[in-house]
Amino acid sequence: MTPAALEVEDESALHAGHGGATRRADGGITHLRVRVVAQAFAGKSRVECHRLVNALLAQEIAEGLHAIAIDAKAPEQKAPGE
Amino acid sequence: MMASSTAERIAGIVAANDVVLFMKGIPAAPQCGFSATVVQILSRLEVPFESVDVLADFEIREGIKAFSSWPTIPQLYVKGEFIGGCDIVREMFQAGELSTVLAEKGVAVGAL
Repeated sequence: MTPAALEVEDESALHAGHGGATRRADGGITHLRVRVVAQAFAGKSRVECHRLVNALLAQEIAEGLHAIAIDAKAPEQKAPGE
Repeated sequence: MMASSTAERIAGIVAANDVVLFMKGIPAAPQCGFSATVVQILSRLEVPFESVDVLADFEIREGIKAFSSWPTIPQLYVKGEFIGGCDIVREMFQAGELSTVLAEKGVAVGAL
């Protein structure tokens, strides 16, 4: 994927210790927010777009990343003024 | 690999309920903000739904991720179809698409 725009934020601290959250022994990221604009999303359903992002993060998920907030859009889907 | 019995249990739950949310906690007391958001949206739309607390069942918690090849919870299913997680449900709700999808699938929605 060649994103036109990409923002990634570590939000792990916001969720530390909530029910079901597992603190990682290695101190790694558990909660991630990803905003990505890429041509790869054009013509795809929301589920398909999220699957593309999830697939890129498969290794991190296996290592303990457990929540990913995703805002995935194709360039022409950007809201006016964004 | 998930035990096939877990996949069968999940398939049974999804088939038996028009709208089912796999979530952390219960609707009255969600244990995660993402699950809470989806509960709020379904409540706003006045959609009756079944919920499954994945924190209460480890096999379901892991099994549901394999079931739809989707690594996170919550997961919303309508008439057997995987709709998405929190971000997708919220985007669809904000765009007015969620009520449309529910209506198209023949699910009674209290609020439009």
